[in-house]
Amino acid sequence: MDIQETQRLLSEYLHELADLFHRLPGSAIFLRYVKSSYQNDPIRSAVELFLFLFALRYLMAPKYSTKPGVVQLSEDEIDDLVDEWTPEPLVGNPSPLEAMEVEKRTVIVGPVGPKSKLSNGRTVVNLGAYNYYNFNTNESLKEKAIQTLRNYGVGPCGPRGFYGTQDVHMKTETDVASFLGTASCIIYAQAFSTISSVIPAFSKRGDIIVADKGVSFAIRKGIQISRSIVRWYEHNDMEDLERVLAKVTKEQSRKPLTRRFIITEGLFESYGDVVDLPKIIELKLKYKFRLILDETWSFGVLGRTGRGVTEHQNVDAAEVDMIVGSLAGPLIAGGGFCAGSEEIVHHQRISAAAYTFSAALPALLSTTASATINILQNSPETVTQLRDQTKAMWAQLDPRSDWVYCTSAPENPMMILVLKPDVVAAKRLSLDDQQFLLQDIVDECLANGVLISRLKTLQDNFEPKQIVPPALKVCVTIGLTRKEIEKAGTMIRHAITKVLSKRK
Amino acid sequence: MPRRAASSSSANQPANAPSSSFASGKGGIAIKAPSLRPNRLSQLFSTSPKYKAEPQTAQAAVQLASGISNPSTATPPISLASLSLPTISLSTATAGNPNMDEPPTTLFQPPSPEEARRLAKQHAQFGPIGHHSHRYTSRHPGGAFPEPVMDEPPYYYLLTTYISYLILIAFGHVRDFFGKRFREENYRHLKPQNGYGALNSDFDNFYVRRLKLRINDCFERPVTGVPGRYITLLDRATDDHNRHFYFTGTTTDTLNLSSYNYLGFAQSEGPCADISEETLRKYGIISPSTRAEVGTQDLHVEVEDLVANFVGKEASMVFSMGFGTNANIFPALVSKGCLIISDELNHASIRFGARLSGASIAMFKHNDMRDLEAKLREAISQGQPRTHRPWKNILVVVEGLYSMEGSMCNLPGLIALKRRYKYHLFIDEAHSIGAVGPNGRGVCDYFGIDTAEVDILMGTLTKSFGANGGYIAADKMMIDKLRATNSGVFYGEAPAPAVLAQIMSALRIISGELVPGQGEERLQRLAFNSRYLRLGLKRLGFIVYGHDDSPIIPILLFNPAKMPAFSHEMLKRKISVVVVGYPATPLVSSRARFCVSASHTKEDLDRILTACDEIGNVLQLKFSTGIAGGAVTNDAAPSPEMEKEWQRKRGGNVVVPPRWRVEDVIRRGVQDVKSPLY
Repeated sequence: MDIQETQRLLSEYLHELADLFHRLPGSAIFLRYVKSSYQNDPIRSAVELFLFLFALRYLMAPKYSTKPGVVQLSEDEIDDLVDEWTPEPLVGNPSPLEAMEVEKRTVIVGPVGPKSKLSNGRTVVNLGAYNYYNFNTNESLKEKAIQTLRNYGVGPCGPRGFYGTQDVHMKTETDVASFLGTASCIIYAQAFSTISSVIPAFSKRGDIIVADKGVSFAIRKGIQISRSIVRWYEHNDMEDLERVLAKVTKEQSRKPLTRRFIITEGLFESYGDVVDLPKIIELKLKYKFRLILDETWSFGVLGRTGRGVTEHQNVDAAEVDMIVGSLAGPLIAGGGFCAGSEEIVHHQRISAAAYTFSAALPALLSTTASATINILQNSPETVTQLRDQTKAMWAQLDPRSDWVYCTSAPENPMMILVLKPDVVAAKRLSLDDQQFLLQDIVDECLANGVLISRLKTLQDNFEPKQIVPPALKVCVTIGLTRKEIEKAGTMIRHAITKVLSKRK
Repeated sequence: MPRRAASSSSANQPANAPSSSFASGKGGIAIKAPSLRPNRLSQLFSTSPKYKAEPQTAQAAVQLASGISNPSTATPPISLASLSLPTISLSTATAGNPNMDEPPTTLFQPPSPEEARRLAKQHAQFGPIGHHSHRYTSRHPGGAFPEPVMDEPPYYYLLTTYISYLILIAFGHVRDFFGKRFREENYRHLKPQNGYGALNSDFDNFYVRRLKLRINDCFERPVTGVPGRYITLLDRATDDHNRHFYFTGTTTDTLNLSSYNYLGFAQSEGPCADISEETLRKYGIISPSTRAEVGTQDLHVEVEDLVANFVGKEASMVFSMGFGTNANIFPALVSKGCLIISDELNHASIRFGARLSGASIAMFKHNDMRDLEAKLREAISQGQPRTHRPWKNILVVVEGLYSMEGSMCNLPGLIALKRRYKYHLFIDEAHSIGAVGPNGRGVCDYFGIDTAEVDILMGTLTKSFGANGGYIAADKMMIDKLRATNSGVFYGEAPAPAVLAQIMSALRIISGELVPGQGEERLQRLAFNSRYLRLGLKRLGFIVYGHDDSPIIPILLFNPAKMPAFSHEMLKRKISVVVVGYPATPLVSSRARFCVSASHTKEDLDRILTACDEIGNVLQLKFSTGIAGGAVTNDAAPSPEMEKEWQRKRGGNVVVPPRWRVEDVIRRGVQDVKSPLY
């Protein structure tokens, strides 16, 4: 009786359960699946059940770290390790060269003009600043800047994207574009940050950059942050460039097409020499690369009206995909620019870090840039005058010195003077020795009333390391008479001779 | 200022626009007003909306003249206290004022039209304080630093936000599908052609092309003139769905809630501008070299000393760009074998610099000290990956004030962890310097923490000081080394003299050295304004992020379509605001960001509150639950004590969603803003 009762109850429960099961959505599918998979083969079902259980176990298993080599430590052990750990100081002690760098800093009191007063009270001929056209103390330019100051205040108090775009910025952009002859232009708030943002805005991981080995620090930073594949060619060696381009094209021929860029400078920051633009254009068209040309040192300097290397070598600026330049040098304003087609400029407005995440350029610097561009455009004689002065200075230094030679192009008002290789070899000078010697020359010049500078460079952490030969930097200005330039040139030459002949 | 026709109306030639504004601004430097008058005048100005139609200007001047004798038109009435404090009158007291010894004009003398114009211009840049009670001192009240309460909207809004994005993306793809077939020329730069790779990736560009383009008119709005209390927008229109804009030739003056003009130093007149002009005249336009070569002038040295003194460090360096300051400093500090632990919401410039440094980078959850501690314990105990050698050093990088969240870093927490874990601390005070702290000296000042506890203080000079550039402040030894290793010193252009003069004068005003009293007023007004607007918005029912004393006030919009709607509605009411969405924020939390300034008056803030109230109703933006403060009973406004009581009982489910009437908000705002908790 009891058993029957239990049986009845059990079957009732089973029925109820089956009923419940049937009422579940999808139960029919499940049943059909089980039935069709059983196929009179219990082993098969057993395997499936086993697989199911395995999956269940896998999902329920405790998670473990996928990081390789993590050592499991108890809290106490971690506490001990924390107590033991002594970090290094954030910055170490300065090296002798670095200490000298800080100690020998010249401080100018008052305006930076062709003649500047130093903090020690002496007035010296300033051949260190990029004040080539002596616009810095130009009264009408100052008046214009003051006028802007009185209408716009000093800072724009915001990035370009959020109410920081002032009409003066748009005007400067149009002015630069029409001066160069490109479709469009975008201005940045600092020249040094421009190219290192322009490169990563276009060249991404997997893209290919072919760059000159002698490019400036800012370009190297741009390449580093872009994480693209880089191939270097020998400094200003067009044959090597062609070899690299051909090799890259061959290597990449089977891979999907990526963006490819050639990056070089108009006038090189570290050497002062000029690029062979027509040849590069020819190669870039042949191998289908885009060209990013950094005209930081050539814009406002080369060419009949200072349009840069494109004007100097008769190349249509539209042939160059991106021209990057500075408004902070000879133009005596601030910030940098990138000129190119409308798409290129538009893309940067959203994706160039130094543009989107930085405050805009102060309005008074923007209007100054427009004004100086206007002067250059309308009075090419200013540029001719600078070239004459450069020639005069060049004549005093390069051909006449036994110790140094000038690596700059003859048109470059910024002369880079490097110790001759035989001098370096004869005196067995290390790079640091050369820097100290050059600083002695700078000091000697200063003692004789001429302010020049060493070429200041920094080692970076980007491979391959770039070794820029230590050099002196002499910048010509039209604010001085020809006589004064020649006198200063002679003075520099004598200082070089004096210091170097003393050294055994 | 009225709408005026600019002389040029073509789209690509804004060339003539500045010249027209030059003309209108010429008179600005001529005469200085005696010190008492602007208080009254200003109230007229601030209560009436800034924008008027052309014929109304003359009328306004007349009203102004006649209204002077009628105190009832001025709201709120001038109290004796505001008259008895001669140092308050900010914008009129000027260093080297040639007219200082002029006999004071009587209050009832009507100003000449020229004088009225001058004052209007002055007050458009910096509104005079309405009442002496509109001040507050920005200081941490002590105790544990509260984590900001992140309120969440009903799920309905989150769901619709996701759906909105889905629709936008689906539409985008449909348009792309047809566009790529019928309008090929628009897609040329996204496709490889003639053997050149695509200039931009189609995928990366999708967001810009299909989402951002729709609301492009809310971004990069061109302006002219000073970005002060008001900002003048150049009106523009589009014929091709925001691809290109052309100028209509008119301008609109709007209340400026968008510029980082925290202390209101964006002015084209007053002591800062005077000193800048003088310096520019004397020193020339720029210093045409790098700092390391021959670009260092006495001005640079002076500013560096001033900045170091101001932030409370031994030495400092200044640079011509804030972004560049961060981008260049990290390679000089850390290298391979070092670890940077960075807040996940740190600014792009920090990421840029950190990536260049070659150091390993780890991130911790925004402002979450527990997560930071966990990261530190793991990093120190595990050492470098694979080799397990100990890290050379660990640099924790945080911002003082986060520009999209309005939250401040938990400095007490960071210092406590620093003592235990011996890391180095880098604080980016881009937004907090000048903006928080009883003396405006940043987060250390706000929390009353010795600056020696922080290794490196970085900040910008662009924001609070109305200038440009950035600085690094640290011990003298460290700065000396950095001068020889930081690429910004070697390659970056030196800051321009006029910019340096602006920094100097702003710093001197804040510290009280120049125009005593004015700096303090600016700081206290900013603190008051920040709290007042924040409290008001919370009481109206908006979800507001950030800490109480932060002048950055983001209100959450969620649905993407509400971004342009909010921006347009505000623009209609002559208020410019910044709206931000993905990718600057997480996908769901699109927001509008208000940057409060010391140049705003209480009337300006009331105008904003009223506008937000109206727009909030229309756009259904009032969805706060009340857990972040601003709670209220159904009928009357509660006393702060009662509110405190509710806060305490938060667990007891008494949190009422605050939905105050805007009148009550304005009526109660001034007194409630000063209570420590809301």
